[in-house]
Amino acid sequence: MNSVIELEGLAVDLGGRRILSDLRCTLSARTVGLLGPNGAGKSTLINALLGFHKPAAGTARIFGHDVRSGIRQIRNLTGYMPENDAFITRMSAVSYVQLMAELSGLPAKAALERAHEALFYVGLGEARYRQLGTYSLGMRQLAKLAQAIAHGPKLLILDEPTNGLDPPARQRMIRLIREMRDSGDLHIILCSHLLRDVEETCEEVLILKQGRIVHYANLEEERRANRKFIEMETVGANGTFTGDIETLGCACALAGNNRIKLVLSEGVEIRDLYRIAADRNVQIRRLNYRRDSLEDIFLKAMESELAGKGTVNGRV
Amino acid sequence: MAVYKRSYHGYAGGVTPEWSRFTIIPRYAYRDLFHSKIMTAFFVLCYVAPLVFLFLLYFAHNFARLAAMLGERSATFPIAINEHFFLAFLNIQGVLAFIITAFVGPGLISSDLANRALPLYLCRPFSRGEYVVGKMSVLLILLSLITWVPGLVLFGVQASLAGAQWLGANLWIAWALFAGAWIWILIVALLALALSAWIKWRIAAGALLLAVFFVAAGFGETVNAVLDVQWGKLINLMYLLVTVWRQLFRLHEASDISPASAWVMLLLICAGCLGLLYRKVRAIEVVK
Repeated sequence: MNSVIELEGLAVDLGGRRILSDLRCTLSARTVGLLGPNGAGKSTLINALLGFHKPAAGTARIFGHDVRSGIRQIRNLTGYMPENDAFITRMSAVSYVQLMAELSGLPAKAALERAHEALFYVGLGEARYRQLGTYSLGMRQLAKLAQAIAHGPKLLILDEPTNGLDPPARQRMIRLIREMRDSGDLHIILCSHLLRDVEETCEEVLILKQGRIVHYANLEEERRANRKFIEMETVGANGTFTGDIETLGCACALAGNNRIKLVLSEGVEIRDLYRIAADRNVQIRRLNYRRDSLEDIFLKAMESELAGKGTVNGRV
Repeated sequence: MAVYKRSYHGYAGGVTPEWSRFTIIPRYAYRDLFHSKIMTAFFVLCYVAPLVFLFLLYFAHNFARLAAMLGERSATFPIAINEHFFLAFLNIQGVLAFIITAFVGPGLISSDLANRALPLYLCRPFSRGEYVVGKMSVLLILLSLITWVPGLVLFGVQASLAGAQWLGANLWIAWALFAGAWIWILIVALLALALSAWIKWRIAAGALLLAVFFVAAGFGETVNAVLDVQWGKLINLMYLLVTVWRQLFRLHEASDISPASAWVMLLLICAGCLGLLYRKVRAIEVVK
């Protein structure tokens, strides 16, 4: 798969302080989550990718365009929804989105059409002629999303898109992000400190801490891998039972107290385990998938001794 | 193409040339500005003086005939059509241009900064320079329409009435009018934008613009009076402009400061404004 973002030793200094240090990774998923505690450098990384901050060292490439030399091409391909409230006063939503689309290069007529479409798409169709100043926080978030997608970008950067949203509005935003992801027309970078948002929408995550990448995870692969690890609590299990399971091709170990850990092999289903248990008169009292949620991954990354050393990186 | 679409899809149509994108800003700004009836009425009023001057030109060339009709064969038109006539026109329109700038200019950048809209502009293929040029052209176009454009129309009318000989001898007046108007427009537009970028509050930026012109002039006069010097005039923007205009219109009247020092001060003010704009117009403000 072609890479969307390549970071090559990217470092950014702000106010005489190093904020991002030696970031190296290649991201190619449709949706990439940028995670990290407050002050980890997520927004700074986004700002560097958009050319708002010049790299102090290294570089970054988006769709092969270097942020140092090809920022205009990058901005042609990018839509950005900033974290903070950002709008233009005394303007209706449709004028605002049209203006933004025109600045991205669309002719006035096409920009107006796309503005209407984008506002309908995000759910502001009925309110599109209202002044932005009269919008609620949730509506402003949606208007920001509309301006970010109106020109049909190839990469959509969303900085904390669910900030300040109530649960229904958050659900709506997450649904929109998923829909856009599934449309296949664009890639999404989602920067958030809300793990649930990232878990629900992203395929890859990059976890930052103190301006360094502390963990990279492909959530799809992790989910697939998690489905293979099983822990069982049984009554009456013995070597024959585990031996039968091993004949299915599964790695299996008795962990004492009738607890069995096993790795399911390809084609083996849970019902096969129940069938063997029934044949051997073994009771399966409890059966759990080993479940590494994003929260586990995040917490592990935060606790990792490697944190701050910049040695754990994405696919390099 | 249907407007009501509820699925995301990319854009595959054509795009506008990059050089033309700064013109989008004034287009939207005028749409907003001329929503105001006061602004529209004032803009129309700005054409009263050009109309009066146009009538004066007509009378100047037809005064003898009009006087003859009234039986006054020896009467002459009291106003000479020369550099003083056009400088007077520029003075009047310059004041009007300043009033429009004070009304329009302070809100141009301050509202974007206050609402954190700059990242929205600058995350697109649209540079900081284009943003400033776009915002500035709101004023440049508006002020041009009430200063040098009607001024050159007047000059053209005068030339057509007076003939080629007058035109040949006085072509420099057209240049003086054009250059003088542009200097004024650039100075007030740059100052308005710089103050708008510096003070994020529109009303305060407007007040500061007036202060730069009037309080600084008063302060300069105070300096002159207290220290018995003349260089206090160097912070009197109006005086600097008048000095430069006099030079352009070849009026060799006594001045407290030399035209060269006036030019230097104006250039320094422009450089200061550009420096301020360079510092303040950024997508992200980094707090040190």
